[in-house]
Amino acid sequence: MSILVYIENVEGELKKSAYETLSYGKALGDMTGEEVTALSIGNVSGEQLEKVGKYGVKKVIEVNTKDLSHFLNQAYASVISEVAKNLHTNTVVLANSFSGKGLAPRVAAKLSAALADGAISLPEISGAAWTIKKAVFSNKAIATEELHEQKKVIAITPNSLEAKVSPVEVTVEKYEPQVLPADLSTIIKDIVRATDKISLPEADIVVSAGRGMKGPENWAMIEELAQVLGAATACSKPVSDAGWRPHEEHVGQTGLAVTPNLYIAIGISGAIQHLAGVSASKTIVVINKDPEAPFFKVADYGIVGDAFEVIPQLIEAIKAYKNN
Amino acid sequence: MKILVCLSNVPDTTSKITFTDNNTSFNSAGVQYIINPYDEIALSRAVELAAEAQGTVTVIHVGESSSDATIRKALAVGADDAVRIDSVARDAWFVANQIAHYAKAHAFDLILTGRESIDYNGAQVQGFLGELLEIPSISIAKKLDINSMEASVEREIEGGKEVMIVSLPIVVGTAEGVAEPKIPNMRGIMTARTKSLQVLDPIAVPVLSKITHYDTPAPRGEVKLIDKANVEQLVQLLHSEAKVI
Ligand SMILES: Cc1cc2nc3c(=O)[nH]c(=O)nc-3n(C[C@H](O)[C@H](O)[C@H](O)COP(=O)(O)OP(=O)(O)OC[C@H]3O[C@@H](n4cnc5c(N)ncnc54)[C@H](O)[C@@H]3O)c2cc1C
Repeated sequence: MSILVYIENVEGELKKSAYETLSYGKALGDMTGEEVTALSIGNVSGEQLEKVGKYGVKKVIEVNTKDLSHFLNQAYASVISEVAKNLHTNTVVLANSFSGKGLAPRVAAKLSAALADGAISLPEISGAAWTIKKAVFSNKAIATEELHEQKKVIAITPNSLEAKVSPVEVTVEKYEPQVLPADLSTIIKDIVRATDKISLPEADIVVSAGRGMKGPENWAMIEELAQVLGAATACSKPVSDAGWRPHEEHVGQTGLAVTPNLYIAIGISGAIQHLAGVSASKTIVVINKDPEAPFFKVADYGIVGDAFEVIPQLIEAIKAYKNN
Repeated sequence: MKILVCLSNVPDTTSKITFTDNNTSFNSAGVQYIINPYDEIALSRAVELAAEAQGTVTVIHVGESSSDATIRKALAVGADDAVRIDSVARDAWFVANQIAHYAKAHAFDLILTGRESIDYNGAQVQGFLGELLEIPSISIAKKLDINSMEASVEREIEGGKEVMIVSLPIVVGTAEGVAEPKIPNMRGIMTARTKSLQVLDPIAVPVLSKITHYDTPAPRGEVKLIDKANVEQLVQLLHSEAKVI
């Protein structure tokens, strides 16, 4: 019996969500006494794989065949379940990331496992009964779910559980899976990635702006604020609907749900649909010229003022703080 | 081309989310239901694609008769016919098995779902369907075009997009960018009444998981207002009090 942690890479690099899944797997292993193995698929360097040890996982299975050098949903799902079967895995842990959302249900179906998607806690285990928490109704509630199968797939929400460091030695074992041609039928034509940008789902700090910014020409100060803070940028729905910003920046009930440590909302009124996607952020700062804006009711800190005056001052203040 | 669109019926986005029976079930009293916004995108794109290729659009919903108004709205938007599997939508595994059972018998070229539903936020149905039907599934599509029997899809990835070509049949979870939701016109609403809505019995599916309890997040404390002439104080508080910078 074992635990298998699928560690996702982005262009060959392990990202924060990979460390979160490793740390989760390690904690789970400590609870159940099972051995924890990590699985990496794709072209990831040995140096990157060494980092697995930092989070307490001693063994990595490395799948790095030519056919699998970049993400292919069915093929990766097949490899994960093949390795899980080989290792007699009871629990597969992965990130509920964009790619993870495609993998998790397929892996669960292949293994006849119960799927806990969007988990935000470690399970509570009492005998055969496992319960786990997840956010539902776009963060308006938290559900406790009971998993009835012995086999489980747990897809954890990025940024909801901290990656804990507990260094150990790592051994890397290469493995060549049996992938069926049908699993490789998808042709990837192109991958377009803005590499200089901080990924929104994983960001610790998010600077978000709304219709109060008046027009796309005024986003330079939002980007500068994000840059001095090392933050990702986001926006409200009308802003992306109007084409001021790309769709992938839209947060809220019908956009991305984010849980950064710090969410700064500028010129956003705080409509219920917007709040649904951001209210689980640890700290919320609201900057709005209208003291009656509903967003102030759910904020930790607020500044009532014109964004066009406040933001340049805030940028200077943060620069001054960073220089000290 | 035969297209199947999976519809979920969800509380209106302005609904107050509360629970009953000692916080064990969702309180639907007074709640307005709508087509899941992402499914609306799927439906719109399906209607467009069917018009291009002289295809048909069937909508399928797992739910009780209380959802019929939502299904009729989908027919008004332009679906040709509808199927309702007459059962409470217990969980994503249950729903996916019902839809897969129906789809197996009807050979669809394209199956669309929303990227996720805004109630349970599962994003599971597309992947389960792909696996149950043994066909490719794409979790978060931002663009979807069909050229004879091939789909060109843009999938959302961390910090960008991936452009891929996949042969039909496939399952696609649609997100913003794929289409603009369509508003039914008068003619659509009139013809929707005469379109077929078939009601079928569910198949048995084992229970793998179950939600046993709900909590609502604790409210935040009072907001701390900082004078706009004193933004340094905000930076200070974020550092020393909130400890986030
Ligand atoms: C089905 C449905 C789903 C939806 N999903 C989402 C979603 O996922 N995400 C989302 O964001 N919205 C969503 N919405 C839209 C939502 O209801 C609001 O309309 C939207 O969030 C408002 O965006 P906003 O705050 O940017 O704009 P507004 O509501 O117009 O607010 C602009 C704010 O800027 C302030 N302001 C103006 N000028 C300045 C200035 N110079 N300095 C400082 N402040 C200023 C104003 O006081 C105001 O509070 C959805 C709506 C529906 C019906």
